[in-house]
Amino acid sequence: MMRFLLLFSRQGKLRLQKWFTPHTDREKKKIIRDMMLIVLNRPPRTCNFLQWRDLKIVYKRYASLYFCAGMEDQDNELLTLEVLHRYVELLDKYFGNVCELDIIFNFEKAYFILDEFLMGGEILETSRTAVGASLEDADTLQETMEEYMSRPAY
Amino acid sequence: MDTIVSSASTDLQDYTYYFVPAPWLSCKLLRLLQCYPPPEDGAVKGRLVECLETILNKAQEPPKSKKVQHSNAKNAILFEAISLIIHYDSEPNLLVRACNQLGQFLQHRETNLRYLALESMCTLASSEFSHEAVKTHIETVINALKTERDVSVRQRAADLLYAMCDRSNAKQIVAEMLSYLETADYSIREEMVLKVAILAEKYAVDYSWYVDTILNLIRIAGDYVSEEVWYRVIQIVINRDDVQGYAAKTVFEALQAPACHENMVKVGGYILGEFGNLIAGDPRSSPLVQFNLLHSKFHLCSVPTRALLLSAYIKFINLFPETKVTIQEVLRCDSQIRNSDVELQQRAVEYLKLSSIASTDVLATVLEEMPPFPERESSILAKLKKKKGPGAVSVTELDDSKREAGELNGGGERAAETAAMAASNASTPSPSADLLGIRSSAPMSAAPAAAGSLLVDVFSEAGPAAPAAAAAAAVNNDGFLRELEQPTDASEALLVEGSGDADSAPASDDPAPPLSDADDLLNKFVCKNNGVLFENQLLQIGIKSEYRQNLGKMYLFYGNKTSVQFAGFSTTVSCPGELQSQLNVQSKPVEPLVEGGAQIQQVLNIECLTDFSEAPLLNIKFRYGGALQNLTLKLPVTINKFFQPTEMASQDFFQRWKQLSQPQQEAQKIFKANHGMDTEVIKAKLLGLGSALLDNVDPNPENYVCAGVIQTKGQQVGCLLRLEPNGQAQMYRLTLRCSKESVSKRLCELLSEQF
Repeated sequence: MMRFLLLFSRQGKLRLQKWFTPHTDREKKKIIRDMMLIVLNRPPRTCNFLQWRDLKIVYKRYASLYFCAGMEDQDNELLTLEVLHRYVELLDKYFGNVCELDIIFNFEKAYFILDEFLMGGEILETSRTAVGASLEDADTLQETMEEYMSRPAY
Repeated sequence: MDTIVSSASTDLQDYTYYFVPAPWLSCKLLRLLQCYPPPEDGAVKGRLVECLETILNKAQEPPKSKKVQHSNAKNAILFEAISLIIHYDSEPNLLVRACNQLGQFLQHRETNLRYLALESMCTLASSEFSHEAVKTHIETVINALKTERDVSVRQRAADLLYAMCDRSNAKQIVAEMLSYLETADYSIREEMVLKVAILAEKYAVDYSWYVDTILNLIRIAGDYVSEEVWYRVIQIVINRDDVQGYAAKTVFEALQAPACHENMVKVGGYILGEFGNLIAGDPRSSPLVQFNLLHSKFHLCSVPTRALLLSAYIKFINLFPETKVTIQEVLRCDSQIRNSDVELQQRAVEYLKLSSIASTDVLATVLEEMPPFPERESSILAKLKKKKGPGAVSVTELDDSKREAGELNGGGERAAETAAMAASNASTPSPSADLLGIRSSAPMSAAPAAAGSLLVDVFSEAGPAAPAAAAAAAVNNDGFLRELEQPTDASEALLVEGSGDADSAPASDDPAPPLSDADDLLNKFVCKNNGVLFENQLLQIGIKSEYRQNLGKMYLFYGNKTSVQFAGFSTTVSCPGELQSQLNVQSKPVEPLVEGGAQIQQVLNIECLTDFSEAPLLNIKFRYGGALQNLTLKLPVTINKFFQPTEMASQDFFQRWKQLSQPQQEAQKIFKANHGMDTEVIKAKLLGLGSALLDNVDPNPENYVCAGVIQTKGQQVGCLLRLEPNGQAQMYRLTLRCSKESVSKRLCELLSEQF
């Protein structure tokens, strides 16, 4: 089971955080700090997995963003790498050529996509099209509501 | 699962991830399969094996796509399959194939795969079939350890070396790990140090090699050598006589190096202090030289080390009187006696006084060589486990820690299991002969009863386990033997009792006849009220009783010594024959279920109606593992329990003595002393009897005189007792005068057994 998923930039700014187990605020901050320290200090060609406390940490760097996931001991690391990749693909599909700015400005969409395919630390939906479809539905609903609300009342 | 793996990629269009069909689902299914034990049904098993083989085969094919994602997904399934194979641990050819596959990965271009391969091999190394296969890759692993750029991969390689270490390659692996230690990252040094220490200890055929290794360890990574490591090396050196001389010499040479680490000074100081005499013959390492060497490091050390060195100096004074003056000078100098640290100052002053005042004999006794340590669980292992976190203890360590025959804790748990197995065999005669055989071969008589049960079981277990473990086991058993010292006859009776019971466990519902040695037990309790009444491998019964006037309350504690619960547990107290009218025993019922390792309590209320000579019977019935257990004991309720002591002056005593002069009222017995004739012991027993010990009554001071009143519901019986010991003949004459004939007789019987 995935314990947490963090996205942060190379300068150490947190862009996205998703926690699958309860932690106090202090603990969260500590974990984030530790992760950044460890991951950002890794030399470029080292392997993507490391051991931290009793968790395995899987991280991957896409352009300027680091995707970092904390897994339990029995999980398969290569699979997690693929989970991260799948997430990036979904983001790419939705935003079209996604970059960090997209995530910064539309973070609620990013969280939405994440929730669609990861639930409770496990992967929920592996099909790209299914996730895409539900996203579209949500968007349509949102636009309808906006239109509906902005119509002048007669 | 099968369909997914063997289907063509076109079937599951949408779920295909870079040409690998449904990777996440496959992995989840494989993980699910790990949760179940391997299938027994032949057909299912066949399909499963086929499936796994297909996966392994696919790994061999050339990749369909250049993309890294494809290979990642494919390999993810592969690793999952491998961990399933490891988990099943039953198909040797699959295991070997998996091992070979991993071996190929070890040299793969991609770092990720190397990392994972090393990690998987670590778990593979613990299974027996593949251990050999893993060892063939040792060269690659060592290479990886040396040349890898990535620190986490190096760490995994070190872990793997630790896991695959066994007797044949121990020396090589330890040497490699030591050389790696010199260049290793600071963060993992401590862990590596612990691992090297554990490996060196476990596979040390030749203890001098072990000492060398540890000293090297201290030399290389002195800062990271935690306390446990050097405590352990000192324990080992002290426990093994043969290596002491060698250790002293090596330590001496090591200390001569100019830049010596503080831990080395500590170890050196201790060992030279204890065993310096073994190398004093050599002129190069004469006592004075040794002392100068140690003293030269003195000022460079921290306070605890200095304290240790001071102790070593006083030991030198004992071993080498010729150095006494020099050392005393040192101790006397201001920097010691007026040292700002209290500990050092105290030590210096005390040692100085000790050396100047005490004679050589006294000094020798005070500073006698340290006795061998009792074996305990290696604290290093404990520290390693703590360090790695609860989840990360490898399987090998758990197995090893279970296999270490010296562990008391581990031994205790296994003892429960062997007790369970032994008990289930108890009904057939031949295993019980074994039980007796094993027990009698252990040449000890037990320690106090509570600990005795645990130790006894470990001993009967330690027999078969000892050949498996290394020489360490012999050391451990020696340690045990030394620990168990004073025999107490009472506990011996218990031992005999226990094995006797294993023979006679009839599976009938009727109350079993009282055990043959029940009388011995009874005698044990004449003079005391608390203790363990009965013990066998399943059950331990303790009692605690208190009496007041003619009423008594007895608490019975039934302890379940096994880890399995007792069902249908019931106890009945019965008073046979006349006893019914003489003694009234009421008991509260107990719960029918006793959990493993639990203890339940039962309260008995006893009322003495009139004097009695029989003992009530306690019958216990329960079901253990399907077999019905039935045993009957005599409850240690004797007439003397209702004794009330009465003080009286000598005239009163003699007056009453004359009053009770009728022949029926007197009971006299002359008997040989069964135990030693120690005054204090006799006094204690008489007091335990419940009567008042009267002083200055009998003209002969050697004799013991007691008086008391036995309280029953109906009447009170006055009792006077005179015990005359005859030291030269080792005999006693016991005279009892009571107002009731039966009481005298009974008390006489009881007491003659006690002395």
